[in-house]
Amino acid sequence: MNAPEKVKPRTRFDTVGKPRRRVDGRAKVTGLTRFADDLVLPRMVHCKLLRSPHPHAVIEAIDFSRAKDFPGVHLVLTGKDFPVSFGILPVTQDEYPLANERVRYVGDPVAAVVAKDEQTADAALGLIEVKYRILNTVSSAEEALANPEPRIHDYGEQGNIHRLQAFEFGDVDEALAKSDHVFEDLFFFEGNTHLPLEQHASVAAPDGEGKLTLWSSTQVPHYIHRALSRALRMPAQHIRVIACPNGGGFGGKCDLHNHEIVVSRASLILGRPVKICLTREEVFYMHRGRHPVLMKMRTGVTNEGKLTGMHLQTLLDGGGYGSYGVASTFYTGALQTVTYELPRYKFDACRTFTNKPACGPKRGHGTPQPRFGQEVQLDKIAEKLGLDPAEMRLNMVAKPDSLTANWLKIGSIGLEECIRQVVDHSDWKKKRAQLPPGRGLGLACGSYLCGAGLPIYWNKMPQSGVQILADRSGQVTVFCGATEIGQGSDDMLAAFVAEVLGIDAFDVRLVTGDTGLTPVDLGSYSSRVTVMMGHAAIQAAERMREMIVDAASMELEVSPERLVMAQGRVFLSEDPSKGMTFAEAVVYAETKYGTLGTVGSYAPPRAPGRFKGAGVGPSPAYSYTAVVVEAEVDQNTGWIHVPRIWVAHDIGRAVNPVLARGQVEGSIYMGLGEALMEEQVFRRLPPKMSHALVHKFPSLLEYKSLTSLDMPEVFTYLVEDPDPNCPFGAKEVGQGPLLPVMPAVANAVYDAVGVRIDEVPITPDKVLRALERKAKGETPRVGPDHFPKVPYPTPIYVTTPWEGGDGNETKPADRKQAVAS
Amino acid sequence: MRAMQQVHLKLNVNGEEEEVSFAPYKTLLEVLREDMNLTGTKHGCELGECGACAVLVDGQPLLACLELAVECEGRAIETIEGLANGSVLHPLQAAFADLGGAQCGYCTPGILMTAKALLEAEPNPSRERIREAISGNLCRCTGYQQIYESIEEAARRINEARVQA
Repeated sequence: MNAPEKVKPRTRFDTVGKPRRRVDGRAKVTGLTRFADDLVLPRMVHCKLLRSPHPHAVIEAIDFSRAKDFPGVHLVLTGKDFPVSFGILPVTQDEYPLANERVRYVGDPVAAVVAKDEQTADAALGLIEVKYRILNTVSSAEEALANPEPRIHDYGEQGNIHRLQAFEFGDVDEALAKSDHVFEDLFFFEGNTHLPLEQHASVAAPDGEGKLTLWSSTQVPHYIHRALSRALRMPAQHIRVIACPNGGGFGGKCDLHNHEIVVSRASLILGRPVKICLTREEVFYMHRGRHPVLMKMRTGVTNEGKLTGMHLQTLLDGGGYGSYGVASTFYTGALQTVTYELPRYKFDACRTFTNKPACGPKRGHGTPQPRFGQEVQLDKIAEKLGLDPAEMRLNMVAKPDSLTANWLKIGSIGLEECIRQVVDHSDWKKKRAQLPPGRGLGLACGSYLCGAGLPIYWNKMPQSGVQILADRSGQVTVFCGATEIGQGSDDMLAAFVAEVLGIDAFDVRLVTGDTGLTPVDLGSYSSRVTVMMGHAAIQAAERMREMIVDAASMELEVSPERLVMAQGRVFLSEDPSKGMTFAEAVVYAETKYGTLGTVGSYAPPRAPGRFKGAGVGPSPAYSYTAVVVEAEVDQNTGWIHVPRIWVAHDIGRAVNPVLARGQVEGSIYMGLGEALMEEQVFRRLPPKMSHALVHKFPSLLEYKSLTSLDMPEVFTYLVEDPDPNCPFGAKEVGQGPLLPVMPAVANAVYDAVGVRIDEVPITPDKVLRALERKAKGETPRVGPDHFPKVPYPTPIYVTTPWEGGDGNETKPADRKQAVAS
Repeated sequence: MRAMQQVHLKLNVNGEEEEVSFAPYKTLLEVLREDMNLTGTKHGCELGECGACAVLVDGQPLLACLELAVECEGRAIETIEGLANGSVLHPLQAAFADLGGAQCGYCTPGILMTAKALLEAEPNPSRERIREAISGNLCRCTGYQQIYESIEEAARRINEARVQA
């Protein structure tokens, strides 16, 4: 239906593949890029939120009379003003813009003040009196299992369990029983946060007709538009959401946030613009970052090092609200089958509620945690079997154009080439296990989606739409809902259109991320922009090209197939002197066809899985990455220094190699931060101080991230094997390269000093503890030592593609019959 | 809270003297952004932790979020808005735009101003010196490598232009 039209593959490119200054580069280096907090409107007033000091409490009374009367205050709002709950996923509408009766984490907003300036609003917040009744708190997933009461939410599976999922693809117990070896490991991945340098900001203003415009730091203006309409009980056609360029997103600006609804409501009440900008501390409370995940992984292998089956169990600490958590939970298992051949696979997952800021999607969304576990476990397997970890992986890479055990359709795979590149360049064969004590190399791989196959609300409409207008001046204007968050969304859009129309990318005018003007694109998440927007852009541009070439061919009295569009001209392929400028050709086209406009759209192909839950995991394509990390470990202090990292990423085709490299290196940077230091952790205040559960360090100074002095030298190799399902063959690059970094660091630490750190972050204290254990002759390992009892349900059983499955669930009765016959 | 009397003074920003009135507790960052509409200077923490607000004061990089504006009277303040020469980009700006030094662009003004001070003091800084010079500026996008390369390329272009002049 919305499949991209078959376009004959291009062999030569003028724009795509060439290193270029990004189209929005000049604005970024001159300070002219307008982020949300840079917007100033006449009569604008400012909003601040009062946040709960308690992690779990019932609000018994709020007295805001003194705040309301404070000079300079225009408006005070509380939960009573917001009766409708909201949530980014249709199945978890569990938040209120301001708490209606319950607060669920320190930082949960309970009231808002709008005043002439931030200072006044802040002062007035101090005058609001809230009477809380304190409730017991839950601080971890294990505590959530052990303490079903009090329930943090009155929905979910039971007690404080939000969500349970279980799937089995082929009989895994049988596979493990027949395996030469079964490895069982426990891993823990601590939570961490996005830390975008831009603090979230929003400006809401009613226009002359009383309709609402919201400018916001958001990655997903379309989803915000939908959710805001519901939260405000206002028709969507009266709301316009404009995504300002984001000062970094990384997944942290994908939710509808409390403050976006509050300033929208306030601006409608006051009839004037209302702005909010979160403080850095508040950004830590907004969170929606990486879930802490405890994992148990049982994996069967043959003596040759081939995987026979895997049983993965995950336990997620979701924080106080649903957010994208249901999807995150699926993602802790769904992509585990995409990297290597895995004949059978079983996956149980559980997400719990705890009294902490809600977790959600961060770069890699749910998949870095099990990726860490699998890649570290493979290192252990290789050692036990006496195999080179790189060779063992090369022998098990998934096959191109294949189906996985859980019914995902894989297209091109460049992983073998990626492994060879990092192995060669790092001198792996000579250095691994042969460097002096204290130095080591570690290798890991990964794979990632190029766009989630399904949108977050059920529909069969396009996931990206592009509209192009061209006029007699030669101007080409491209409209698309896609959102620039720094990754180069705008540059991709301009490049695709420029390539097809044979003009310079700088000559394309862009209107993006504006629900009032642009066709729907679902936004910048799940690494979907290049593939989905790219398909839509190429389709729209090809349709425009057809009209222009047709009109020009009549003028030149040649057949259209003989014409080329390149370098701002339309000309005869065999005689470039015969032709005209692009603008002249547009004049002929506008004369012939009238006003020129085309559209293009894209929806991914239907995935082969038919069972309930098959919607998470499918993607038009998957990218692959291999990483080698070199580590130096000081055995006296446990300090880990990483001097060099080699990374090869299977990108299909690099549309702008400058940006592609930036995405790879940025992923390595963020992954190394997660590996070594980044953690969103909490502590309890002493009992005499309320015993509350508070964020350990909600500041940029104390939440440790890598500075320029900590960043190693990174050697980047782009493997370009164009994927036929992708626009000009281009796959994602923004998230995949992060995934192998954490396990590669763990494996490098093992190669350096012979200790296993089976949890992230890998900090000096853990290394020292493991070294002490090694010195005492104990198991040289630090990591989780038990996995609690989780009431996982009976799995949905799906027969694998190679055992006669059809993608549907196989009911227990049918299974018995099949076994009997 | 009593309304505080505004101060009225002259600030020299990007070579232009301007009279400004503002509350005396305001930082240079707030006055630049809120009272002078120079929103090119960014903020990431307002606590002196991230470097996004770095501007030059008398040629030295300084965190505008930690400096009271009243203390800046009579000093030469340089912000990102004054870095280009008319519509001609400063070599640092051109190199950052060309070589991936700016991704989301939010840390970019602070890093460009810091790098300008570095190159004025040291026309040929080593990679190590560049790493040190920008170690107070956090960037969450690039992994820093393309920032180093941009600064090195800008230094090369500036020196080349100097030789030709």
